[in-house]
Amino acid sequence: MIIYLDQHAVEVPGGITVAAALAYAGSSASRRSCTGQHRAPFCGMGVCQECRMQIDGQRRLACQTLCRPGMQVERSG
Amino acid sequence: MNDWVDHCDLLIVGAGPAGLSAAQAAAEAGVAAVVLDDNPRPGGQVWRHGPGFAPPRPARPLLSTLARPPLRYLPGTRIVDAPEPGVLLVEDEQRGWLLRYRQLILCCGARELLLPFPGWTLPGVTGVGALQALVKGGMPLRGERVVVAGSGPLLLASAATARQAGATVVGMFEQAPLSQVRRFALNLWRWPGKAAQAAALARRGYRPGAWVVEALGTDALQAVRVQTNGRVRTLVCDRLACAFGLVANTELASMLGCQLSAGTVAVGAGQRTSVEGVYAAGECTGVGGNELARVEGRIAGLTATGRHAEAAALAGRHRRWQAFARQLQASFELNPAIAQLARPDTLLCRCEDVSVAEVAGHTGWAQAKLHTRCGMGACQGRVCGTAARALFGWGPGNPRAPLVPARVATLGVYGTGGTGDD
Repeated sequence: MIIYLDQHAVEVPGGITVAAALAYAGSSASRRSCTGQHRAPFCGMGVCQECRMQIDGQRRLACQTLCRPGMQVERSG
Repeated sequence: MNDWVDHCDLLIVGAGPAGLSAAQAAAEAGVAAVVLDDNPRPGGQVWRHGPGFAPPRPARPLLSTLARPPLRYLPGTRIVDAPEPGVLLVEDEQRGWLLRYRQLILCCGARELLLPFPGWTLPGVTGVGALQALVKGGMPLRGERVVVAGSGPLLLASAATARQAGATVVGMFEQAPLSQVRRFALNLWRWPGKAAQAAALARRGYRPGAWVVEALGTDALQAVRVQTNGRVRTLVCDRLACAFGLVANTELASMLGCQLSAGTVAVGAGQRTSVEGVYAAGECTGVGGNELARVEGRIAGLTATGRHAEAAALAGRHRRWQAFARQLQASFELNPAIAQLARPDTLLCRCEDVSVAEVAGHTGWAQAKLHTRCGMGACQGRVCGTAARALFGWGPGNPRAPLVPARVATLGVYGTGGTGDD
């Protein structure tokens, strides 16, 4: 299926999480920290909030969100 | 009843081994239970599954319980607040609402103990169970070089998952000394199904008494520095999975007023907590593996549905797996050197980017929070507060609402008249 990461189309397999889909876009970074560092999914289980992203207009955790066709994902921070 | 309020006789928080076992017991009694979990798929961490990773055999009958009415399963649902006894404020992707319950079974599980070391914030560094979770969620690893480090039997499981996904595991480093790991392995025959773990512990490339002292890279991980027998060497890798065992998730229990003991939810007979009508089972009451969680979940489910004799009959099995849990904890005790790995400029709080040096001068967690904002970001101190306990011995603060980041519209449910008599 196709999802959009920062407005770029990315082809990903069905059934995977948005956190997993980041790797298909070439960089696993999910956000920039408040001092500008790149961060990526870290705890993988909805605790650390490092993978918070704008997903279809809502702030959600990439590791607990499954990809859907046409999903709009934006890196935050 | 309206869109903002839902009711149930029995609410089970968590769809891992404990929660599913409690749900099965409730289903047998014909009780209309609700199972709530924040993940999109059931199974918790240990039975996490996804594309290319089927749920393990013992999980299947329990997972199928979720589809059987009158049980209702609410995936992707988070608990935001516990505004009064018998009520939780929850939200899913679409909306927020109040969920009223008569009895509650907490099966909140555990998270990883993630401790700071130089470079731990670099993309490419994750927890140990975290790597497993990400791979089972579909993250590709083919051709990547992976280092697995930290502590506990999860290192072996995570390395196995990485290999299954096509990665090369270039090193496995266990902080506990060889003598302790060997004693743990020699005792494993006492518990059914654990002998294979003993064999894995003897695998080449698994090195006890060793740990990662630094992760290197600029925008992403490129290598790690590993200390073995007092000697430090550099190992090139694409990923580092590093965590130091598990810690119980006690935030919700604590907010509900349940007594804690040694960082876990305190329970008595029948898995009862100190709060009437609230039970707890599985790793939130102490880390001990999925077998222990299943027995405890079943005991809680049986007790909550009034089948006390059946619950009492499980006491022997319960004790056996509790002994395993004690063995586990004693064997993988944290070496004090691990708490010294962070440098003054290493970040402790990843949400607010607060360094170890900024926090270290304070007398306790509350004071450090007030002066530095550590623990006040999106994760609410779940990572840095837990690390501060290990580094400085500070106790955790009392969790406050919202328990997790929530939408303003969800908090707006309070304005709909949902609390009080509806």
